[in-house]
Amino acid sequence: MSPTLAIMTVGILVPFIILLVISFWTRDGFGFDTTFTTNNYVRAWSEPIFGALLQRSFWISGVATLVTVLLCYPMAYYVAFHVHRNKMMWIILMTLPFWTSYLLRVFAWKVILGYEGVINSGLMTVGLIDQPLEFLLYSQEAVIITLAHAWAAFAILPLYVSLEKIDKSLLEAATDLGDGPVARFFRITLPLSMPGVIAACFLIFIPTTGDYITPALLGGPDGAMIGNFIQLQFGRVNNWPMGATLSIVLMLWISLIALVFLFITRKAQEKIA
Amino acid sequence: MSSSDAFISIQNVNKFFGSFQAINNVSMDIKQGEFFSLLGASGCGKTTLLRMLAGFESTSSGEIYIDGQPTADVPPHHRPVNMVFQSYAIFPHLNVADNIAYGLRKQRLSKAKRAEMVDEMLELIKLPGYGQRKANELSGGQRQRIALARALILRPKVLLLDEPLGALDKQLREQMQLELRALQRQVGITFVFVTHDQEEALTLSDRIAVMSGGQVLQVDTPSRLYETPRTREVASFIGNMNFFRGTVRRNGSAMGAVEAEGLGHIPVPLENLTKPDGATVQIALRPEKFLLTEHKPDAEFAIQGKVANAAYLGERSHYYVSVDGKEEPIAVSAQNLDRVNGAAAAPMGAPMWLSWSPDAVVVLDAD
Repeated sequence: MSPTLAIMTVGILVPFIILLVISFWTRDGFGFDTTFTTNNYVRAWSEPIFGALLQRSFWISGVATLVTVLLCYPMAYYVAFHVHRNKMMWIILMTLPFWTSYLLRVFAWKVILGYEGVINSGLMTVGLIDQPLEFLLYSQEAVIITLAHAWAAFAILPLYVSLEKIDKSLLEAATDLGDGPVARFFRITLPLSMPGVIAACFLIFIPTTGDYITPALLGGPDGAMIGNFIQLQFGRVNNWPMGATLSIVLMLWISLIALVFLFITRKAQEKIA
Repeated sequence: MSSSDAFISIQNVNKFFGSFQAINNVSMDIKQGEFFSLLGASGCGKTTLLRMLAGFESTSSGEIYIDGQPTADVPPHHRPVNMVFQSYAIFPHLNVADNIAYGLRKQRLSKAKRAEMVDEMLELIKLPGYGQRKANELSGGQRQRIALARALILRPKVLLLDEPLGALDKQLREQMQLELRALQRQVGITFVFVTHDQEEALTLSDRIAVMSGGQVLQVDTPSRLYETPRTREVASFIGNMNFFRGTVRRNGSAMGAVEAEGLGHIPVPLENLTKPDGATVQIALRPEKFLLTEHKPDAEFAIQGKVANAAYLGERSHYYVSVDGKEEPIAVSAQNLDRVNGAAAAPMGAPMWLSWSPDAVVVLDAD
C-alpha cells in the first residue's frame, strides 16, 4: 500500500464510512441507537424544510459560481494574453486577499455591506439615497457577493492555467482563416479553456454549497443554507445521525449535479465545434 | 519599381522591433502563380516578411501591395491570403473535417456543399475518408497536409508557408516536397515559402530571394542563383564554393584572365569580366566543376595538387586538394564514374591535376 493510498484511506474513506454508518443509526439521548434504520433518509426526503434548504443552497452557490467565473475569466484572460512580463506577480497580487483568513474576509464584507457600512454611508454622503439599503446585508445577495469574492482565487488559477496553455499560433490560424476577435473567442479560446472553466465551477460550487460561515454571518433568515442546518444537527440540536444523513444526501445531490453539468458542457462543446 | 506582372509588390519595406531592424529596405515583386521562396538563416527576417504579408506584423515604413491593393489597413482576417504555420496549428478540439472547413463559416454554405468541398480537399491531399479523425490521431505529415487543405479550401490569392516541412523527417520531407510542388501546379495559386534549407528552396521554387540581416541579397531562379551568384555571401550560402583572389588581365584577346595569387593566369571569358584591367576581383568555382585527372589534361589551364583528404559518398566522392600557392585546399566533388575499390577514386596523397571549363568561372567583386 502506497503512502498516498494510506493517507487517502485514513483521511477520506474512513471518515466517510463512519458518516455513512452513523446516518443509519438513531439518536438516543446523548448516545446512539445502533439498530439499522432508514428513518433519517425518509425524513430527509419527506419533510419540506430539507428540500427547501437544499434548493436554496444550490441556487445561492450556483449563482455565486456563475458570478465568480464570469468575473474571474476576464482577469485570467488579461494576464494570460496581455501581460508579458511578471505574470507571476500579477497572479500573486490577484490572490493576495486569500492570504488572510476566510473568517476575516467574511467580516470585512459585513463592514462593507452593513446598515452603516461603507456602501450605505458612502451613498448617503453623496446623497444618492436617503436611508440605508437594507437588502445589502442579511440577504441571499450578501451571501452571493461574499462567496463570489471569497472563492475568486479558486477560479482565477485554473482559468489562468488553461488560458495560458493555449498555443498562440492557434489564435493566429483562426484569424488567418477569417475570424474576427469575437468569432475567434467563441470558436477557439473558449472551447480550449473549457477544462479550466469546468474545474473552476467545481472548485467553487462544491465547497460553497456546504458553506455555513458566510450564510451564518451575512445570510440572515433568508440566507441560511443546508450547511447551517447540518452544523446545527452536530451542534445544538445534537442529532448526529440526522446530520450525517443530510451530509450524505448533499453529497449525492452534488455528484448528480456535477454529472449533469459535465454532460451539458460536453454537448455544448460539440455544438460550438 | 513594380512591373506590370507583379502580383505581390513589396516596396521599400522596413520593420523595427524596438531598436532592432528586422527588415531593411526590402523591395521585390512576386508574380502570379509563382512558387517563390524566402531563403536565409534563422533571424534573417524571412519569417517577419511572411508575417507582414499575412498581416500579423505591420510595416514600420514602406508598402505591400497584393493584387494591386495596398494592404496596410487590411487586418489579417480580411486579407486574401492564407498561411500554413510552422507548427501546423491544427485545432485540437475539432476533427479533420471541421478543421478543413473552419474558414468556410462566413460563406454560409449548405451542409452538403460544405461536406462536398471538404471531401474534395481530402481527395486533393490524398487523405480520403479521414474527415472524422481526431486531431490527436494524426502523424506529422498528415497534420501538414490538413493545414494545407484548410488554407487551400478558401482559394486564397496567395498561400504563405512558414517552414512547413521543417518538422518532418528526411524521407517524408523529400516526398512532401514533390507533392507540394505538384499541388502548387495543380491549384495554380501563388505560393510564398519560407525555408532555411537551401536544397529545399532549389528543388521547389520558381524563384528564390536570398535574405540576410533583414536585407534581400539576390532574387533569382534556382539555377541562376547557383551558377551566377552576385555576391560571395550568396555564393557560399547556396552550395559549396571555392574562392580565389586575383587581378583582372584583359590580354587583348577573346579570352581574358584573372591572375590568381600563386596560381597564374586563370582564363575567363571576356564577357564575364566587367571590371577594368588591373582591378582586384574574386573568382569562384563550384566543387563539381573541376575535372580531377591523374595525368596532365589537354586543357588551356590546369593546376597540380595533392589529395589532402577524401570522402567516399557512394555516387560521388569529395576531395580536398591542396595546391601550392593557396592556403586552403580546394574542395572538389567528383562523380564516381568507374567502379572503385576501397574509399575513393583518387587516393590520399596522390598528385592529381585539376582542370575546368573557363565558362564555369564566376567573377565576383573583391570584398
